[in-house]
Amino acid sequence: MPLRPDTVAKIQDYARRYPSAQSAILPALWAVQYEQGYVTDEALAEVATHLKLPPSLIEATSSFYSMFLTRPEGRHEVMICVNAPCMLRGADAIVAYAEQRLGIRDGQTTSDGAITLRSTIECLGACGGAPMMQVDHRFEENLTPDRINAIFDHLRTAPAFHEQPPAEKKPARRTPTVSGEITRSGPSGARARTRKASK
Amino acid sequence: MGLKPVLTKDFGTEGLRQLDAYERTGGYAGYKKALSEIKPDDLVELVKKSGLRGRGGAGFPTGNKWSFLPKGMYPRYLVCNADESEPGCFKDRYLIEESPHQVLEGILIAAFAIGCNTAFIYIRGEYLPQYEALESAIEEATAAGYIGKNVLKSGFDVDVILHRGAGAYICGEETALLTSLEGYRGEPRLKPPFPAVKGLYGKPTVVNNVETVANLPHIVVNGADWFASMGTPTGKGTRVWCMSGHVNRPGNYELENGTPIRELIMEHGGGVWKNRRLKAFQPGGASMMVLLPEHLDVGLDFDAIQKAGSLAGAGAMVVMDETTCMVDAARRYVKFFHHESCGKCTPCREGTFWMSNLFDRFEFGEARPGDVDLLLDMGYNIDGRSFCPLGDASTWFPRSVIKYFRDEFEQHIAEKGCPFRKETEAAVAVA
Repeated sequence: MPLRPDTVAKIQDYARRYPSAQSAILPALWAVQYEQGYVTDEALAEVATHLKLPPSLIEATSSFYSMFLTRPEGRHEVMICVNAPCMLRGADAIVAYAEQRLGIRDGQTTSDGAITLRSTIECLGACGGAPMMQVDHRFEENLTPDRINAIFDHLRTAPAFHEQPPAEKKPARRTPTVSGEITRSGPSGARARTRKASK
Repeated sequence: MGLKPVLTKDFGTEGLRQLDAYERTGGYAGYKKALSEIKPDDLVELVKKSGLRGRGGAGFPTGNKWSFLPKGMYPRYLVCNADESEPGCFKDRYLIEESPHQVLEGILIAAFAIGCNTAFIYIRGEYLPQYEALESAIEEATAAGYIGKNVLKSGFDVDVILHRGAGAYICGEETALLTSLEGYRGEPRLKPPFPAVKGLYGKPTVVNNVETVANLPHIVVNGADWFASMGTPTGKGTRVWCMSGHVNRPGNYELENGTPIRELIMEHGGGVWKNRRLKAFQPGGASMMVLLPEHLDVGLDFDAIQKAGSLAGAGAMVVMDETTCMVDAARRYVKFFHHESCGKCTPCREGTFWMSNLFDRFEFGEARPGDVDLLLDMGYNIDGRSFCPLGDASTWFPRSVIKYFRDEFEQHIAEKGCPFRKETEAAVAVA
């Protein structure tokens, strides 16, 4: 499937933006994944054409980075961090709960194609809100079984990240987190305590 | 000593992410002052005099780093390292999320000081909301004339390019970050030549951490003496500590350097959760050595922590209570390093793989007598023999755990498995 003209325009723009077109490889791959949900060999070849670089170079770079998906997966990606700081706050129990609730294991996708589950050991940078998970690039922190249920129920029907209208992708600005409600960006660890009254 | 909000002073102000609210709190005053009153060379001297040390982990004096740029060689690049991926650290995310303009202002001041016309921000791929916060900050600052040609009629041209990584811990290492930014696989390069001489695209380059640059507007506005009046003789200013693990109130706390660790954990963190006893804590992040309750009175400062046998690193504080399996904690970190090893050099690529296997043996009851020494032997063969600090650092925490908690390893061998795991499994059943 060829890339959409707006994606191509973005890629060509990146190529001009950097002092070297090769630097535009990562942004170009992000644009591809943003449009199609994953990066095919065909898309890699097309990126190579637009950046005027050999396809082998694009693939050599793209294969190094774990966030580019090479095949279609679930509409939503749920990653639960189990690195030591999260482990200390019960991430293993959260993984076990999520696996049981979804009926799948690490790396698998639910039969309805809604959710791909990963229990990742790369720290996601939310240790202060552990246990946590990343749902389609948004952090969900201080997880409890109730909260996980609410998140999963929402994801079952929500459109895939790359199919959501652009406005939805902007982070909510200081939306207070209500228990069980899905917010676009949860508060980071200390925010609640350092918050001051509006001036 | 104690809580000292400098960077986090205005956090929580309504709309601080937007330019107008940021300017109302005094934002961009430092940048304007720098452009109109201070010569770039004097700015470098000012930062040198303030004693600001890099907040990314190594603690190298920022002004000195800037002055290593060879005279008369242009273009020069500035790269702000926002590839925060060290397990236990989440301060850069917090600083960007709360006040993206403060970070941006710091970058602009640094760019002006070193004579750089194109600055980059390399942010980790997972931080999409933070990427978007910086993206809109850059848009606003460009519209306000802080970025562009002839900024505020000073003759200074500057452009800021926001670059998103895609999931690679190694790209937090400065040379790997530059390789990645050039569009290659993110593998580290040999030093020397250091980035100051031959960095991005082979040009002189400075790489500064998010928290480091966020200090700059305050130093410019309040002066070097003000900054140097805070902290310890060799660790000026404040630091944002990311506290996680078994404390009642995890989160970010900005403290004056030199504040005792006890105050951070016991007072601000509300002490160890569930009324349990403190077993150990780890400053700095996944790479750094574990410390014990006897080290609680050590000051939060690069040199003091180093003297106590660990490193302040990127400002994490992971707290572990008496129920923690130290072997399992080390196992998670080793698995992390194995997963994140870029594969360029053999000691790290193969060593972390074998260490990770050995740790699984301990945890799941297959370790044999002598395996603790085998682990130490592996550690010695990785540390100092790896191409970059990632490999070396993968061994520091496990070796420090063996130093203080060797009996736990022996217990795993004797009891053929993890004596703490029964409790974890009970917790799983409850959930």
